[in-house]
Amino acid sequence: MKREIGGGPPVAELENIHLSFGGLQALQDVSVAVKPRERLAIIGPNGAGKSSLFNIISGIYTPSSGTIRHKGGARPARMKPYEVARLGIARTFQNIALFSGMTALDNIMTGRNSLMRRGVLGEALQLPWARRQEIEHRRRAEEIIDFLEIPSVRRTPVGELPYGMQKRVELGRALAAEPELLLLDEPMAGMNLEEKEDMCRFVLDVNEIHGTTLILVEHDMGVVMDISDRVAVFDYGRKIADAPPDDVRRDQAVIDAYLGTAHEH
Amino acid sequence: MAGIPAANTFPRLLRANAEHVGSLPAYREKEFGIWQTWTWSEVSEEVRFLALGLRSLGLERGDRFAIIGDNRPSLYWSFTAGQAIGAIPVPCYQDSVADEIAYVCEHAGVRVAVVEDQEQVDKLIEVRDRLPELQAIVYTDPRGLERYDEVEGLVGVEAVVEIGRGLHGRDPEDYEREVARGRPTDIAAILYTSGTTGRPKGVLLTHTNLIEPARRAVKFDNLTQRDEVLAYLPMAWVGDFVFSIAQCHIAGFCVNCPESPETVLTDLREIGPTYFFAPPRIFENMLTSLMVRMENAALLKRRLFAFFLDVARRVGCDILDGKRVHPLQRLLYAVGNLLIYAPLRDVLGLGRIRVAYTAGEAIGPDVFRFFRSLGINLKQLYGQTEASVYVTIQADAEARADTVGSRFPGVEVRIQDQEVQFRGDGVFQGYYRDEAATAKTMTEDGFVRTGDAGYFDEAGHLRIVDRAKDVGALTDGTLFAPKFIENKLKFHAWIREAVAFGHERDMVCCMINIDLEAVGDWAERRGIAYSGYTDLARQEEVYELVRGAIGDVNADLAEDPALRGSQIRRFLILHKELDADDGELTRTRKVRRTVIGQNYGELVEALYAGRDSCRVAAEVTFEDGRRGTVEADVRIWDVDAAAPMAAAA
Repeated sequence: MKREIGGGPPVAELENIHLSFGGLQALQDVSVAVKPRERLAIIGPNGAGKSSLFNIISGIYTPSSGTIRHKGGARPARMKPYEVARLGIARTFQNIALFSGMTALDNIMTGRNSLMRRGVLGEALQLPWARRQEIEHRRRAEEIIDFLEIPSVRRTPVGELPYGMQKRVELGRALAAEPELLLLDEPMAGMNLEEKEDMCRFVLDVNEIHGTTLILVEHDMGVVMDISDRVAVFDYGRKIADAPPDDVRRDQAVIDAYLGTAHEH
Repeated sequence: MAGIPAANTFPRLLRANAEHVGSLPAYREKEFGIWQTWTWSEVSEEVRFLALGLRSLGLERGDRFAIIGDNRPSLYWSFTAGQAIGAIPVPCYQDSVADEIAYVCEHAGVRVAVVEDQEQVDKLIEVRDRLPELQAIVYTDPRGLERYDEVEGLVGVEAVVEIGRGLHGRDPEDYEREVARGRPTDIAAILYTSGTTGRPKGVLLTHTNLIEPARRAVKFDNLTQRDEVLAYLPMAWVGDFVFSIAQCHIAGFCVNCPESPETVLTDLREIGPTYFFAPPRIFENMLTSLMVRMENAALLKRRLFAFFLDVARRVGCDILDGKRVHPLQRLLYAVGNLLIYAPLRDVLGLGRIRVAYTAGEAIGPDVFRFFRSLGINLKQLYGQTEASVYVTIQADAEARADTVGSRFPGVEVRIQDQEVQFRGDGVFQGYYRDEAATAKTMTEDGFVRTGDAGYFDEAGHLRIVDRAKDVGALTDGTLFAPKFIENKLKFHAWIREAVAFGHERDMVCCMINIDLEAVGDWAERRGIAYSGYTDLARQEEVYELVRGAIGDVNADLAEDPALRGSQIRRFLILHKELDADDGELTRTRKVRRTVIGQNYGELVEALYAGRDSCRVAAEVTFEDGRRGTVEADVRIWDVDAAAPMAAAA
């Protein structure tokens, strides 16, 4: 199957973004864009501004200045995270953020939230539309469970699951929103080799089968070089490189800032 | 009952079911969290299209085709579809590595492979250069195969069914003509035996071989359309073929396929099968995990559990066997059933069991009785691929832990030079492309050598004692079955491993490995201090404990006229644990008697020389790979022989 990158305006485009917390410049004049169906990796030492960038795209932070565009159209400067979710943007978190007392299935169902029609009364009375909606959402959640190969833990509270499984459930919840753009914040962190291989396969499948655009922050260079189309390198709040993996590997500024020196996780 | 007697091939059985019980469920599979059902009419339609589709891929009458994957309805249907056009299914073990699958496919010369998913496709691609005859690979789950468009002959099952549908539209009689050409004497499947020794052998079985014994088994246990089974054991195993295809087609019951291998226990509970098979290991695991969970229960629940378990132990089996039990005990059992047994059966997923079987190896008598005492009709049977499963079987009231039942209807069983041999209409046609092995296994008068040593007891029940080649004799000619004795010892919680000696000796002696966890726990509760295995193993109290266990085994052996003379007379507890790293055990934890006999030659001599201790130094491999020696004085104790109960009384 051939995967075509591009075609149409960038799914997300940041232009001359500045972000500061008091005197601290978290992001300085950052411009980055991701094309439809592209896999963009963002790397950089701790504190380079990677997570800030995610938080801007997902509406948690509002930039001090700069423009954010969604499919070519400018987004309002301030947007609530749930409004961003309705644009078709979903994310996972560096530290797992699931409802640990709820089952894997219920956690994934919460990801459907942005797609659900509201009506407390209708839901409470189990009106036909409410039941149809419930069945449809459950069907989608089950497809995700099947896709991520986690049927055996469907009814298990996620707090009881091993770490690698929780990561999978979290990906499942993000997928449940049927996003066009998926932001993955260190999806492989803390995993063993086998878990990483599984996760890579899922991430690639999401991109290739559903055409979902990906931006991932990841420290594992092997993973980054293997699965991304393009790598953007950050250092001290600035973007210092933005190129295909092979070119980034040879970039002197990148080697100096990041690849050449040991970095802590 | 479904399955009209005239139907003598699998495709004809399927047609009869579609005609007579077409709207009843035939196969179920849990998909997307919901059990999806196919009726007999739907299955019949699927099989018809699949059959014609497979033929269009170049699969012809007499050709072999492989089936590889977990238990999935579409894979089950491919058996019948292939048989309908006269092709021969060759199911392979789904967890085999590529090389093992290559051996079977190459040996059988398969033309087509019907497989479950990417994992199996990858294995076939890896070894494809060894399989020049393989023209097409049909997969049922397209997941991850989108990128495989350059692989020659790779096609999805849905596309094959569509081709078949088209062919059927043009010539609606095509399929029926194919079915009419099939004969009951055609080979219906080649089942490769897993082969613990040497390469696997392909067992040739005809439709008659598989259908006739299965039909009698359906009658034996009165299986009907209302029964349910869970198909979770490998499709390449003869048992699964007989339970999930042959008996399902004959009785017309429904086969349920689990969602995934990891969800089997949940699926078991949801389905609540009425007819169930599991190897002893599964029952043992169920019991262990149950006991562990009970340990953590509240005190009141633990007390109740212990009390009613004791009631069940005393009268449960008798009630199940329909024997006379005191009305008060019966009432107590009924209360226990309400409070404990029924909820327990439900939790285990065994709440609706009418008939359950175990086979394959010896089951611990305690495990066996535990399940029966809860009211679960667990029985044993003895079978082989070469017999289309059935050689002997236990009837409902004849279930016992130490026998494998009486002769299966229509099978002749005889004991020749201690070896169990059988003959009947389930007997296989030979090993595929291996006349030497066939000649070695079949006697001139048509009996099959099982390689197992056994004998019939007074009640006419077969007891399997050992592999025939391991059975020996004491100097006075008494039968000596080492594995039988070792198994009996190992059923005791204190004993982890046992090695029995006695062939061409004047008595039976044995070496014991205690179970460090169980005996250690026992010692701690009694305030016996020990520093490790070697120290614990030489304690007098521990010797007393083991002697008690051996006494039980001797009492058991005394009940058996053939084995009375082979009671254990002397024993020692080894100063180190037998270890696969030292070559004393196989990787599957079977004792290597000859290796141990050589490694501990002095101990064996000391046992038979009548000495009461022996100083030994043994070479061991430590966890980190270093080698060293352990020196110790090993005590040797005598054990009294037991007299049979009848004589004592």
